[in-house]
Amino acid sequence: MAKVFIYPSTSLILSDMVERFGHQPLGAAVAVREKIQTPGLDSPPMQMTPEDPKKGLKYAAVEVPAGVRGRMALFGPMIDEAEAAIIINDADLSFGCMGCSRTNELVKYLVRTREDIPVLDLNYPSDEEEGIQFVTNIKGFLDSLNMPEDESESMDNSGGEE
Amino acid sequence: MNDQPVRVAQLSCGPEHSGVQKEIYDAAEMVNAEMFFPDVTLKDITEAYQEFGLEAKSGDLKLAIARAKALVEGSVEADAVFIATCFRCSEAAIVRNELRRYIHNNSDLPVVSYSFTERTTSGTLLTRMEALTTIARRRALLAREVQEGITLGIDSGSSTTKAVVMKDNEIVGTGWTPTTEVLGSAKSVMESALEEAGIKLSEIDAVGTTGYGRYLIGNQLKADLIQEELTVNSKGAVYLADRQKGEATVIDIGGMDNKAISVQDGIPGTFTMGGICAGASGRFLEMTAKRLGIDITELGPLAMGGDSSVVPMNSYCIVFGTQSLVNALAEGHTKQDVAAAACRSVAEQVFEQQLQEVEIKEPVIMVGGTSLIQGLVNEMGKLLQTDIIVPHHSQYIGSVGSALLASGFIDNKDR
Repeated sequence: MAKVFIYPSTSLILSDMVERFGHQPLGAAVAVREKIQTPGLDSPPMQMTPEDPKKGLKYAAVEVPAGVRGRMALFGPMIDEAEAAIIINDADLSFGCMGCSRTNELVKYLVRTREDIPVLDLNYPSDEEEGIQFVTNIKGFLDSLNMPEDESESMDNSGGEE
Repeated sequence: MNDQPVRVAQLSCGPEHSGVQKEIYDAAEMVNAEMFFPDVTLKDITEAYQEFGLEAKSGDLKLAIARAKALVEGSVEADAVFIATCFRCSEAAIVRNELRRYIHNNSDLPVVSYSFTERTTSGTLLTRMEALTTIARRRALLAREVQEGITLGIDSGSSTTKAVVMKDNEIVGTGWTPTTEVLGSAKSVMESALEEAGIKLSEIDAVGTTGYGRYLIGNQLKADLIQEELTVNSKGAVYLADRQKGEATVIDIGGMDNKAISVQDGIPGTFTMGGICAGASGRFLEMTAKRLGIDITELGPLAMGGDSSVVPMNSYCIVFGTQSLVNALAEGHTKQDVAAAACRSVAEQVFEQQLQEVEIKEPVIMVGGTSLIQGLVNEMGKLLQTDIIVPHHSQYIGSVGSALLASGFIDNKDR
């Protein structure tokens, strides 16, 4: 079982797929759950505090908007923790939406530069045929994470289509 | 205070992740407002931002666009709108500006926008939130065009405290002093104004307070009206400029912050309040006067005799501004040119940082102490390419607005 960072991190479909194929999804639900289950009422609904953007400084400098750094305080540690990642580009709003485009650019960049983990980088399907291929690619990638290292090598960083 | 909370629709991107959502809620609670997020469906979002035509990439900004459309189309009801996005985000700045313009042009809802950092506090937001709720709640009071009876208005600003006594729609007494101790300064200007008017405090029918010290002074004097300076100054400006009907833009460059207000029939529609740094405020001009060895009252005439274009000056930050000032004098530029450049620099800052956020509608009325600095008014006029009105008693604008609006409470009292 691998810890798989998903993008869009809010995608329940993607999160579900990762779980169904035997891995642990790292997504917004996990990070937000940590925040909202912490006792006390800081800043609803996310319970972020002005301290969180400071934690985000590890990933984005002080010149970057506070919302980006606040979001990075949630997503950054998950990217660090990830053992694999799936990125879906140009996904439909209904598939999962990450609110801030600036954060999204940074999240994808940080994932892609983690050269020590396998990353599946896919475009969102536009018709049924592409949809089938889309699911097949994700399944193949997730299955490869269960294989011994030498067998799964061929899938690393090239498991899907750009 | 009215029991019914004012319903303020929030259109935003980022505050919940920046830790400032609680500050927004706190500021709203202080003025009995209720923040809410207009409900829209996924389908609404997709259709709305495509129809709106602005290709925002951020999901939260798409959502804000859909919510704005719902408000304009009337599928969601609100009393006012608060737009908040992250400071420094270029995409948010574009969307924020267009949404404010869109709501202003297509509805009667008062709108205020704000770009926040993680350090934004409820205190910073309070004046803006108070103005929003005042416009929504007190339209009848803001429509008052004539001062009646004998009223006292006190404006406790960050730099100066002013007082005005008005009687039967005339200013009969004024008082002015630098703000030191809030209550002490207020007492001093009140006494001056009463003395000049030849009126005793017991003869005053109603009292209004505004400015940073409004609550402290208002509670002490048991004022009838304690109101933020955005609505008060707009009212005072159109009253003194005799432009109570129709459109106007009010610019108030203060000691600590600047206000730019788009007014319709004396009631603010959209407004901004802020300023990036003291370099874009009256404080920088005060410092310039000190550095030039002159009194602030001499700065305006001095600037009028200079050429602002020959001295490069950037007061984006007061430290940069001071650096430019010192360099310009060291290079041998004349005092006149340096004074003119300082005025131009402040005018440019306000123009670039704030006037881009409101619709400039003529006439443009400049008020507050800085409106007496002729060089500043001149530079602002050049930037806006219009003749700017500076009404008489413009430095007393908050006091006049307070005295005028306070007279609306006389009928409810035993006289």
